[in-house]
Amino acid sequence: MEADLVDPTRVRGFDVEIATMLAQSLGREPQFVQVAWASIEQSVARGDFTIGMSGLEDRPALHERFAVSLPYYEFREVLAVRAADSARVHTLADLRGRRVATLGATMAWDMVLAAKSAHGVVPVSYDDDVHPYTDLVSGRVDAVLLDHVLAERSRRRIGGFVIQPDALARGHYVAVLAAGDSALRDSVNITLRARMRDGSLERVFRSWNVWDAQQAAFQQQVLRDSVPRSETRTVDRDTATSITTYLPALLRAAVITLLLSVLAMALAITLGAGLAAGRVYGGRPLQMVLTAYVEIIRGTPVLLQLFVLYYGLSDVVRLPAFAAAVIGLGLNYAAYESEIYRAALEAIPALQLEAARTLGLSEGQILRLVRGPQALRLALAPMTNDFVALLKDSSLVSVITVVELTKQTAIYATNAGSWALPGALCALVYLAMSLPLSRMARRLEQRWKIA
Amino acid sequence: MSHEIALRGITLRVRALHAGHGDRAILRGLDLDVAEGEVCAVMGVSGAGKTTVLRVVAALQPFSSGTVEISGVALRPGAVPPESQLRALRRRVGVVFQSHALFEHLTAIENVMLAPVHALGQSRASAEATAMRLLESLGVSARANAYPRQLSGGEAQRVAIARALAPDPQLLLMDEPTSALDPARRAALGESVRALAAQGRGLLIVTHDAAFARSYADRVVVLSHGAIAEEGPANQVLTHPTHDATRALLS
Repeated sequence: MEADLVDPTRVRGFDVEIATMLAQSLGREPQFVQVAWASIEQSVARGDFTIGMSGLEDRPALHERFAVSLPYYEFREVLAVRAADSARVHTLADLRGRRVATLGATMAWDMVLAAKSAHGVVPVSYDDDVHPYTDLVSGRVDAVLLDHVLAERSRRRIGGFVIQPDALARGHYVAVLAAGDSALRDSVNITLRARMRDGSLERVFRSWNVWDAQQAAFQQQVLRDSVPRSETRTVDRDTATSITTYLPALLRAAVITLLLSVLAMALAITLGAGLAAGRVYGGRPLQMVLTAYVEIIRGTPVLLQLFVLYYGLSDVVRLPAFAAAVIGLGLNYAAYESEIYRAALEAIPALQLEAARTLGLSEGQILRLVRGPQALRLALAPMTNDFVALLKDSSLVSVITVVELTKQTAIYATNAGSWALPGALCALVYLAMSLPLSRMARRLEQRWKIA
Repeated sequence: MSHEIALRGITLRVRALHAGHGDRAILRGLDLDVAEGEVCAVMGVSGAGKTTVLRVVAALQPFSSGTVEISGVALRPGAVPPESQLRALRRRVGVVFQSHALFEHLTAIENVMLAPVHALGQSRASAEATAMRLLESLGVSARANAYPRQLSGGEAQRVAIARALAPDPQLLLMDEPTSALDPARRAALGESVRALAAQGRGLLIVTHDAAFARSYADRVVVLSHGAIAEEGPANQVLTHPTHDATRALLS
């Protein structure tokens, strides 16, 4: 399902048409609710809507918690590569040491993760199905593993890459209903069967260019009640959702979060100090330029800044995701730091500066020996606040493919089908990082207060 | 900018000094000398221009016309020049502010060592020895490692005097030094002031404390409306005032 190109407020796609079909046969008017793809199942469980569908992949774990419909479409996981690699790269085993992109929390993601340990590929997780292909074309990743429906659509829209014909796995799209809705699910199944028999499903798929001989054979199997099992995911679900499997991954992600935050803060402090000094000591034109920078950064969402830095500028400078994340967050927080430092510098009493002048210190020495150190003491508390905020804001960089703590937790939660345990673990890890910091800052403040 | 001129015996020479804030004239043609080894008290009611004299001589405030010379270094009328052009003056003039203005983030001895180490390039060891000697001479060496907030008013003032003396200036400016002192501390300060004068330094002390001026100043200058109303030996001026401005101070 996707937004209509002419009227983006309307949704379209074969899922939309099938959903309309289902609603009509149930005598209802379809109402479409759009949520993040990875959240569809959770939203069904919450009761945000009755039927969830949009390329939802069937998997055994789904049946434990939901009423799941018959599969209505069979997809193939296919590898997309640049034309230059098409003769050489046919399977994940051919991609040792190369970057392979896919959507997080999908069957393809599990396959890429398994290939990481088996073949040494580098998994790159995306939140949407368009940027993996644009990044493939631009060279940021070396291959994309996604289902053939998404792959074909991106080839039509973006082009510039080759889809390898061999399927690496097969899976099925299903509709998902709350566990208590099994009667409704049975009605949905009756309708799906009827629409397969009378050829209206085929017409829908044909109109979207996703019909092929494989689908005909698949529908026959469904109608004979010999539903082909989805090829099980390469990772066993039970172990995949247990704490012991995910804790190391969460801790690794926590290290990414911490490293990212520390580097971004270091950049923000350095740049922020420069901005503040320029705004306090610089001439009028410099002050205006720096103030404009601060206001633009503070007045626009950091998410937008990250998108522009990573995707928007990719024709000019192709930053690696982690570097883009550090620079993006650093540039953003520098604006806030500079405001803190400027206020702190201006809060130092004029008399302190005059006393320093009468001692024969140069302007530079006064800043370095008197004004700066005193301002730093005033800035410490707000700086600590900012670092804790940065620690949490670093979760935003998952939009530019960095898998940090929150993203890793989301993957865990999607696979586990619950946010309770992953959410609690994630919160604990964040607290373990932020609390000691706040404590240390308070101590330092106390010591300086006595001084 | 500054140039040496031969002036023996005179530490501070001010002639025809005009200064003000914007359109408001505060000093109107002031003449003032402080000789080597002389303690000169500047008195006058609030608004008479006492603090302005001190700030002009300390090159913290511009003046519009006249001459200011400190131990052979001349200040020019107009905007206060950047610090890089005031090095010679800064070495010659020490300032003790009324509120002391000690650096809160440094200990007492670090306050005293700051100028010798960073402005004069002395080694830390020699600066520390000098600073300790100064603190000792002012009776406050026991508090060398205390931070300003931990000092009493009298202790802070003595540290501030030590800090101003560390670069060994010929002229020491003090703004209302007795305002926060009890009688015993006032007497001790007076003794310190006399000792500094005995070393040959000139002292210009802005004060409204007539008793202190009578006891410890050699000469008193009474300002009124930005010019000298009366001046002379401290005892004479303060015992037999001839001008209303002086009488107002004594009432």
